[in-house]
Amino acid sequence: MDDSERIWSSQMIAGMAGDAVAYRTLLNSLTIFLRSEVRRGFARYGYGQSDVEDVVQETLLAIHLKRETWRTSEPIRPWVRAIARNKLIDSLRRGGRRINVPIDDVIDVLPAAEPTEHLNERDAEQILAKLNGRQRDIVQSISINGDSIRQTAAKYSISEGAVRVALHRGLAALAKAYRTQDHED
Amino acid sequence: MKTDDLITALTADLPVKPVPPAHAVARAIAMSLPVATALLVYGIHVRPDFWTVLTTSLRFDFKFVFTLGTLVSALWLALRLSRPGTSSGPAKIALGVTAGALLIAVAAELAALPQATWGAALIGDRAIACMLLIPTLAAAPLAAILYAMRSGAPDDPRVAGAAGGLLAGAIGATLYATHCTNDSPLFLAVWYVIGISAVTLAGSLIGSKVLKW
Repeated sequence: MDDSERIWSSQMIAGMAGDAVAYRTLLNSLTIFLRSEVRRGFARYGYGQSDVEDVVQETLLAIHLKRETWRTSEPIRPWVRAIARNKLIDSLRRGGRRINVPIDDVIDVLPAAEPTEHLNERDAEQILAKLNGRQRDIVQSISINGDSIRQTAAKYSISEGAVRVALHRGLAALAKAYRTQDHED
Repeated sequence: MKTDDLITALTADLPVKPVPPAHAVARAIAMSLPVATALLVYGIHVRPDFWTVLTTSLRFDFKFVFTLGTLVSALWLALRLSRPGTSSGPAKIALGVTAGALLIAVAAELAALPQATWGAALIGDRAIACMLLIPTLAAAPLAAILYAMRSGAPDDPRVAGAAGGLLAGAIGATLYATHCTNDSPLFLAVWYVIGISAVTLAGSLIGSKVLKW
C-alpha cells in the first residue's frame, strides 16, 4: 500500500515499544490526516467546522488509550479511520453546535482553512476544568507548560510514579469528559 | 489546550501500557470461573453419574460440543468486536457452524426418537431450572467479562456487549450441563438456548451503557 501505512505502522510499533520520538512523530502526522478526515466528515453532513479540533483531539486520545486494540499484523490506517469515524459520529450525535452551512460554502472554504486548533482553546480549557484538582494540575503541567514528568514531580513534591499515574488517569478522565460533554453554548 | 500540547501529554504517558483486550478478557474468565464453579459444585451440584455418562452417552457429550463451540465462537466474536473497524467476520461463521451442529443433532434426535416421546424429550423435567440456573452461573463471568471489555474500543457497544453476554452465557451453560440430566438435543435447542439468550440480552443492555469509549 502507500507509504503512510508502512511508516505509521512502524512508528506505532516503535512507540508501543517505548520510542517516544517515533510516537510523537506518528501523532503529529496522524493529526494532519485526522484534521482533513474530520473536516470532510463534517462537511458531508453539513456541519460547521468549529468542532473539528475537538474531534481530532478526542480521536488522538482514543488512539493513544486504545492503542492495544490495534494488532501489528493488521493495517493501521483502517484502524485509525475507524476510531475517527466513531468519534465523528459521537460528535454529530451529541449535536455539536449544528451550524448548518450549505455544503457548497463549506467546500469552498475548505482548502483555504487554516488549522483551527487555536479557535477552540476555550473549549479545551473547559474540558480540562472537568478533571479533579490534582489530575488537572498534572495534565496541565505536562501538556500546556511542557514540563517533564520529573519537573512536575518536583513541582508538586510527589514521586514520578505518582505523576505517571495521575497523568494516565487524567487522560482517561479527559477522554470521558469529551465523551459526555454537551455543548450548551 | 492546543493539539500539540495534548500530543506532548500523550507522549509523556507512553510508558503506561494499556492492557490488551485479549489479556483482560482472559484474566476475567480466569478470575470468575472459580466463583461460578464453586457455585456449581457447592450450590447446584454436578450430577452424580457425571463420569459414567461422559463416557457412555453421546447426547450428554453433545451438550458440551454445543456449549463449548458457542463459548469459543463467542470469545472470538467478543475479541474481534472490541477492535475498531473489525467485523465479526469468521467468528460469526464459527457461531453459525455451532448452530448448524445443533440443528443436525436435533434432526438426528427426531429421527432416532419415536414421535410419541418428542414432547417428553423437549420439555424434560427441569426446564425452568435450566432457564434460571444458566444465567445464575453466568452472572459472575458476565460482570467480569464486560468489565474487561472496557479495555476495548467497539464500533458498536451494544453488539460487543451481546458477544460478551453470549460468552458468559456459554460459560454458564457449560457448567450447568454438568448438573443437568436432560441430555436431549431437543431440550438443548430450546431451554439452553433461552438461558444463553437471556445472558446475551443482558450483555447487550449493559454493554450499550458500559462499553462506550
